Amino acid sequence: MSIHKLSLCELQKKFSAGEVSAVEIVRAYALRIGQVEPKVKAFVTQVTDAASAQAEALDRQLKGWRKTKPLTGMPLAIKDNLCTEGVATTCSSRMLQHFVPPYDATVVAKLREQDYILLGKTNLDEFAMGSSTENSAFGPSRNPWDLHRVPGGSSGGSAAAVAADECVAALGSDTGGSIRQPAAFCGVVGLKPTYGRVSRYGLVAFASSLDQIGPITKDVRDAAFMLNTIAGHDPMDSTSADRPVPDYMKALAKKDLKKVRVGVPREFFAEGLDPDVAHAVTAAIEELKQLGAEIKEIQLPRTDAAVAVYYVLATAEASSNLARFDGVKFGLRAKETKDLLDVYMKTRQEGFGPEVKRRIMLGTYVLSAGYYDAYYGKAQAVRTLVCQDFAAAFKQVDVIVTPATPTPAFKLGEKSEDPLQMYLSDIFTISVNLAGLPAIALPCGLSRGGLPIGMQLIGRAFEEETILRAAHAYEQATQWHLKKPVIR
Amino acid sequence: MTYEVVVGVEVHAQLRTQSKMFCGCTTTFGSSPNSQTCPVCLGLPGSLPVMNRAAVEMAVRAGLALNCTIGVNNRFARKNYFYPDLPKGYQISQYESPICEHGWFEIAVGDRKKRVRIRRAHLEEDAGKNIHETGTSGSLVDLNRAGTPLLEIVTEPDMSSTDEVIAYLKGLRDILMYLEVCDGNMEEGSFRCEPNLSLRPLGQKEFGTKVELKNINSFKVVKDAMEYEIKRQTKVLSEGGKIRQETRSWNIDRGETAVMRSKEEAHDYRYFPDPDLVPLKLDKEWVEGFTSSLPELPAARARRFIVDYGLPEYDAGILTSSKSLAEYFESCVKLFNQPKTVSNWVMGELTRELNNSGTDVSASPVPPERLVELLKMVDQGAISLKAAREIFPELYRSGKTPVQIVHEKGLTQVSDEGALEAIITEVLAKSPAQVAQFKEGKQQVLGFLVGQVMKASGGKANPGKVNELLKKRLAV
Repeated sequence: MSIHKLSLCELQKKFSAGEVSAVEIVRAYALRIGQVEPKVKAFVTQVTDAASAQAEALDRQLKGWRKTKPLTGMPLAIKDNLCTEGVATTCSSRMLQHFVPPYDATVVAKLREQDYILLGKTNLDEFAMGSSTENSAFGPSRNPWDLHRVPGGSSGGSAAAVAADECVAALGSDTGGSIRQPAAFCGVVGLKPTYGRVSRYGLVAFASSLDQIGPITKDVRDAAFMLNTIAGHDPMDSTSADRPVPDYMKALAKKDLKKVRVGVPREFFAEGLDPDVAHAVTAAIEELKQLGAEIKEIQLPRTDAAVAVYYVLATAEASSNLARFDGVKFGLRAKETKDLLDVYMKTRQEGFGPEVKRRIMLGTYVLSAGYYDAYYGKAQAVRTLVCQDFAAAFKQVDVIVTPATPTPAFKLGEKSEDPLQMYLSDIFTISVNLAGLPAIALPCGLSRGGLPIGMQLIGRAFEEETILRAAHAYEQATQWHLKKPVIR
Repeated sequence: MTYEVVVGVEVHAQLRTQSKMFCGCTTTFGSSPNSQTCPVCLGLPGSLPVMNRAAVEMAVRAGLALNCTIGVNNRFARKNYFYPDLPKGYQISQYESPICEHGWFEIAVGDRKKRVRIRRAHLEEDAGKNIHETGTSGSLVDLNRAGTPLLEIVTEPDMSSTDEVIAYLKGLRDILMYLEVCDGNMEEGSFRCEPNLSLRPLGQKEFGTKVELKNINSFKVVKDAMEYEIKRQTKVLSEGGKIRQETRSWNIDRGETAVMRSKEEAHDYRYFPDPDLVPLKLDKEWVEGFTSSLPELPAARARRFIVDYGLPEYDAGILTSSKSLAEYFESCVKLFNQPKTVSNWVMGELTRELNNSGTDVSASPVPPERLVELLKMVDQGAISLKAAREIFPELYRSGKTPVQIVHEKGLTQVSDEGALEAIITEVLAKSPAQVAQFKEGKQQVLGFLVGQVMKASGGKANPGKVNELLKKRLAV
């Protein structure tokens, strides 16, 4: 069997047993990347040469007494908004095109500590603002299932790379659905952990109160495996939770869903839902029932307000987070400027793309004197109501199931002229970020056009184990994750 | 028309923490530019702030000393504006719920005492520094200071003269230094003040339009800038003009204030809660723990010096103006229980030498034990007061002991009765006329005779002893 077709856990087993060398792994992936990357364009930066050198050193080091850590020798891709020491971190923005961080994000440091192998940095919507990767300053990534379609976003490069077998697993970040939506579009698994479960230190901030790093993987087991390494408290991130990290692999032991109460929110199956998606998710719910789950209809009445709340709060935070890109200390500085104001204006004019500018303007507006209460203040209040909706629902159920996206992957250019339509593609994922909950997107079918469809399982805060268990049981019963795209 | 001056003051006090407010970089002053920086205080993409516990403790202690209510629920906010010395494009500060509120501080001008109300004191981070070097195009940025913790202390507009403002600032600075939360160095910018000044016709209730004064780095400048501004505003108002709400900067070369920015140019800072920092909840018992551990503050200590040591108010005020000076004084008194004598020496000889060499008393080359050694030699008559004064500069500079110096210089006072008797015999033999005059009742001749003995001894005779022995001899 080809190395690049193995799941992370399969590859890890072979590698730790000495059945495959790091050099062989990197060679296989370099070959695969060489074949499909020109079509998929998942990467902003490839470091396969450095990966080869690292693999050789690793093999020498492991000769004889073979002792490996979980991710030793595992070829991963990392979203290009996570800082990697010595490797450019661009956020797919002209602003940071040549920015090489002097430090590793905490998650990256954790991977490095286990001697993982970095294959490259993956494409995203500029500063993670978007749902298609079309907002990348370096061109869009493609959906491996249909190269004319978007892979979703903003972690579109990571999802496409995993779906196209260009890496065994990847890291993404999720502010309003940026892990789950592209995972659904590309037919892979995407896990957004609870806010605070994974350190954000070194993740270039889009919206600090919503951002969370998580894995994009070939199956649910791999997601649990990755979470085991990246979860945990970080003294460098005040918002990371200081609570123990369970062994998430143990959550996968139960193969059924007996005594698990699954809620189906009426609001998520309303008008505008693609019939193929509705059909696939309905079938998935039936499957969960077959596995022993108790299915309950629930209500999340503030769902319709979530997108509006999100675009006030996320842009407000973004307008402030992106102020540091001023041409003074790092990143782009515009040339031929006449004074300080000119440096600021030209640098930001040249460095940021249109969607980033739109969000900075929106965010600046909602925080401005005289508008703060009406927008930012009100949005915070409604955010609390959204949280209360979930709290009430989770008194009745243990897991909430929804479609991950309203439609399968759309075509390149289809929504790029209409920001509102684009924003609505995250309608099912956004409220989860507002409430800080964990959620996983996983494949649950194919559309009549042969595109992947994803469902989303949402859990209580810090109960990743519950959604991993449910997702794994479903995956084992249906095997949708084994469907692979033919890249052409 | 007569105008009344109304002043409120903002002080930015740098807290004396080892490390910065949100990262582990050191806060030492004067290192080479940008050597004390890391991803966090450089505002590199992806970096996050983590609160320095020591800064919170210092703010709480300062707040308690200023009679403030300590906020149990603290939120940190972002103050957004662009400037090259502000790495993140926002300053982390406090907006809606400052850590200290509703305090007061008593000042004294002459015999009059007054309470200045403290509106609030909040924690925030300092910015870096822009450096404009002559002869170069463009400016340089040094971010060593960026992220240093500051306590911004804001009063109500309760002061009505330059003297009151200076009394407040001096008193506040003393307290912060006493608490060891601020080093009080105005030149290095550890204690920066911005008076907000307005005038109103005497008797009017409504405030006039205020002007904020900046670039004030010494008490002298506070006085100069305020006096200039009072004159300027008085002139404008008496000519029927209007004061514009603006920020004015003191130009030391020209000796005048000039407009920095007007109200129209004021920023909209777009404050909002910093999502990178969780709300800071202070445990009530933890806060109360600091109340009992507060050191004795200058005012209380001065009262104690007056009562316990019988010092004049003037001495007590000076000796308690700094914690280290007060401690030095008390260490001396413990070893040598003549408080007024010690006070004279500490405020006189010692302070003069310390000022000349720019040394803080805590680093005095003459430790309390050595000063006391000198004072005891005077007290026991081993050397004269005059000699002690003369050798003090050498004692200060050389590091020798008083005994060594006195010995080297041959300054030991002759108190030995046998030796003195011999000199007296000699002097009396040479001065029969004066002896006769004395015996006739001319008491003042004694002074002449003492002088002769002192002269004959080369100045080393103990004058008290000589006096005593002469009287004895002449009475016979």
